[in-house]
Amino acid sequence: MPEGLSGNGFFATRMDKAIGLARMNSLWPLPFATSCCGIEFMATMAPHYDLARFGMERLSFSPRQSDLLMVMGTIAKKMGPILQEVYVQMAEPRWVIAVGACAASGGIFDTYSVLQGIDRVIPVDVYVPGCPPRPEQIINGILKIQDLAHNESGRRRNSAEYKELLATYGIE
Amino acid sequence: MFIINREIVDLTSEKLRNQFGEAILTEEVEMDMPVYVVKKEIILDLLRFLYDDETLRYRFLTTLCGIHYPDNDEPFGVIYHLHSLENNQRIRIKAFTTLEDITFPSATPVFAGANWMERETYDFYGILFSGHPNLKRILNVDEMDYFPMRKEYPLEDGTREDKNDDFFGR
Repeated sequence: MPEGLSGNGFFATRMDKAIGLARMNSLWPLPFATSCCGIEFMATMAPHYDLARFGMERLSFSPRQSDLLMVMGTIAKKMGPILQEVYVQMAEPRWVIAVGACAASGGIFDTYSVLQGIDRVIPVDVYVPGCPPRPEQIINGILKIQDLAHNESGRRRNSAEYKELLATYGIE
Repeated sequence: MFIINREIVDLTSEKLRNQFGEAILTEEVEMDMPVYVVKKEIILDLLRFLYDDETLRYRFLTTLCGIHYPDNDEPFGVIYHLHSLENNQRIRIKAFTTLEDITFPSATPVFAGANWMERETYDFYGILFSGHPNLKRILNVDEMDYFPMRKEYPLEDGTREDKNDDFFGR
């Protein structure tokens, strides 16, 4: 629970704290799974590891309703603009997690056809290392995203720094 | 491993020699199938001849690809694999050329399926095909300004800037 004033039958806190609490426990992930990390994600989503216990019950396969873009797998250079378009279609606030060595840095594919990390086309909030990462590592990354969603200030997406960051990627 | 039908192979060699003579540079039966190295100028006529011949009937283009032997006098080549389904016999046809004269006749008038294979060959080796209806890149990004499968690049290019070196100790 966030800090606040509580008494008999009421609890008062700041608006953005309450919103952060709601957001962190109702993230809708959009899986962008292109290779083997996607298989690990399926295990993470399945009952054994059960991502749903973090409020990620609903996988959204449309970018328009999702909050968290999970990029899992190798992104070819030809896929780069498509990934960016998916990101642009998501509504604010939006978070991005790069799962696995390929999404984070190109991984073993140090070659002409592979994008050397998705942070060359979209901003990334959390990087999960591993080739592929185990479900526990993906869950750890999700918890980090929840932490970001929980503590983000209500005005962050309107800040000049944030607009500048998006501008470096040519978004808006 | 493919079966060699000696009768059909001998007939193929004989007909090709009679039809094209000197333009058939070498012919040999390697382990799996006969290989003919021919002059690139006759390649389209040769494919059509093998397609139209009523006995041979090489009417299936299994694959078509490029190759680059940088140390050869004629470094760039195109290799055609033909299959005569009725005779159950496959043959391989190779033609080579230089960088200055890198245009091949397109095989699309005989085999419509050569369309994408020639685009791929162009994409990776920069081999041009005259008469091709739509010769542009097929697999790589359109902005690419080099031909990645040519053997003219060092294994590791220390000057490339699309790699983040922080994690790789370069």
